[in-house]
Amino acid sequence: MFIAIFSLTVLGGALGLFLGYAARRLKVEGNPLVEEIQAILPGSQCGQCGFPGCAGAARALANGAAPATLCPPGGREVAALLAAKLGVEVNLSEVKNAVPRIAEVQEDLCIGCTKCYKACPTDAIMGAAKQIHAVFREACTACGKCVEVCPTEATRLIPVPVTLQSWYWSKPAMQGTPA
Amino acid sequence: MNPLSSLFSSFRARGGVHPDGRKDLSAEPPIRLLPMPPLLFVPLQQHVGAPARLSVVVGDLVLKGQLIGASGGNISAPVHAPSSGRVVAIGDFPSPHPSGLPSATVTIAPDGEDRWIEADVLDDPFSLSPEEISARVGAAGIVGLGGATFPSAVKLNLSRKSGIATLIVNGGECEPYLTCDDRLMRERADGIVEGILLIAHAAGAKEMLVGIEDNKPEAIAAMRRAAAGTKVQIRVVPAMYPMGWDKRMIQVLTGKEVPAEGRSAEIGVLVHNVATAWAVREAIRFGRPLVSRVVTVSGAAVAAPGNLEVPIGALAADLIKACGGLLSDPARLVLGGPMMGTQLPHLNVPMVKGSSGLLALTGKEIGLRVAQNSPAPCIRCSSCVRACPAGLLPLEMAAHIRAADLSSAVGLGLKDCIGCGSCSYVCPAQIPLVHYFNYAKGELAALEKAKLRTDATRKLADSRNERMARVVREREEAARLRVAKKAAAEAAKAAKTAAEKAEVVA
Repeated sequence: MFIAIFSLTVLGGALGLFLGYAARRLKVEGNPLVEEIQAILPGSQCGQCGFPGCAGAARALANGAAPATLCPPGGREVAALLAAKLGVEVNLSEVKNAVPRIAEVQEDLCIGCTKCYKACPTDAIMGAAKQIHAVFREACTACGKCVEVCPTEATRLIPVPVTLQSWYWSKPAMQGTPA
Repeated sequence: MNPLSSLFSSFRARGGVHPDGRKDLSAEPPIRLLPMPPLLFVPLQQHVGAPARLSVVVGDLVLKGQLIGASGGNISAPVHAPSSGRVVAIGDFPSPHPSGLPSATVTIAPDGEDRWIEADVLDDPFSLSPEEISARVGAAGIVGLGGATFPSAVKLNLSRKSGIATLIVNGGECEPYLTCDDRLMRERADGIVEGILLIAHAAGAKEMLVGIEDNKPEAIAAMRRAAAGTKVQIRVVPAMYPMGWDKRMIQVLTGKEVPAEGRSAEIGVLVHNVATAWAVREAIRFGRPLVSRVVTVSGAAVAAPGNLEVPIGALAADLIKACGGLLSDPARLVLGGPMMGTQLPHLNVPMVKGSSGLLALTGKEIGLRVAQNSPAPCIRCSSCVRACPAGLLPLEMAAHIRAADLSSAVGLGLKDCIGCGSCSYVCPAQIPLVHYFNYAKGELAALEKAKLRTDATRKLADSRNERMARVVREREEAARLRVAKKAAAEAAKAAKTAAEKAEVVA
């Protein structure tokens, strides 16, 4: 029995060392573009783009399998950065139509189940068991994860309220002929 | 243009327009005190920067000049009660802003006594150190009264740090209709000069220049009389729009040009408005915070145009009533001057620190019939290029912005655009050029903000992931410990049983 244990241990150890060496020696460099793209994405792993998290989205972007406008929480800013990184033209007006949104907890429906704040990837929801939860507007990326998990449909996404600080002139109406 | 003047045109400051002044409407009657309105609506955000932090509650009795909102950050200004009375409400109220959005506002019902808070009256304000003067200017809530509403104390502190040689006091008042600075200089020249000396003392400036447009001869004479015997020099500058732009005033008075996207402090110049100088003197000599200002009420739709000294928070409707009401339904209500002011949706908005004028304009004055024609195509006449005081290419910038190419517009100098409206004023096709630029500036600022936000939320997401990993790690470790403990306990038990057995055997 000892011989069997010994020989298998030696075999396993040797193979393990060999595999470890091979992994270092023959390491395949990942596409550095993927990492750079991942640094641009919000990193909230919300999955709204249809890819498994931001890393998946970054790989798809690097392969050209996804448009630069794929990231809803990132909005126009991220779309513009991605387009610049990938060297593609992007029609920002498509993204523009998606009004920036944030999550809201409707207090009359919230039962304090704590599911939403456990799901929030950016810690934007504050709450405790059997207490009404609330959203930190500044930290919310409108990824929608809280909406999915809420058992009473108390969380929803609403357009970001316009304040004096965020208001600015809208674009002048188009003229009939080019300026 | 005759050949001689065209020969010299290259030496003149570039750009600018000559809109009809229409200052005679309101320039002659002396400044009147607005009868105290029944309610004052004081917004907490009347300046550039963070809003003031509320420091009263509903029901509080306040004295004139008492703090009702403390400075809310490094770039912010406090807000004071404009009269003595009771705080009757705190909440949202329409703000004097083109969007008409509400802002946090303290409503005060004046008791009619207009009693000042006890103040520190100084016999010799020049005995104060420059730092002390800046601190008092900041505590008095003084902001740039020319319309920019940048907190004055921040400007003073910055200039002391960067070393200022020249203080320029801006009496340009180049906007048509407005005469509030003109009247202030005619009636309160001595106080303004003392304010100038105090600002120069606080900023460490050696040279003091006051620039006044040549269409205000009485103001020039009054200021010359007041400045006699002091180091304050009164300089007459040609009347043209936008002479009151600080960088233009600097160029005309000192011959130096502020670099693109730069600030006047970079070339050792500090610019303040004449009304700010008056407010500084009131604050330092009499300890009175900024709670009122002179506002021009004018326009052909106003029965008796003139200048009013208005407590902050008085409604536009109160001002119009004090000027005899409206003769006709105004085609447009404007806060500020007609070139750079903002359109008001209604008269139910309060006057704030930056309100220099309230205009009720008739259709004839704003050229309504012409304006109704929709913008015509650009014929590339380049009138706007000649009119631009900042030396930009408005037609090209607008074309890029129309095509949603903001970075090209920035490359053409969008950030140096001051939104003076000269280009829109001269455009024969009536293209709303300045509207394009305001939109683009807002869009750029929003993008910048979004970027900061994305960075911040990414950090939050990263730290959460880290925390989650740590929690899992700790849980596993605890489980391992538990297993080890259990095993140890069992081993001990086994050993004990074995020992007992051995004992029994023995």
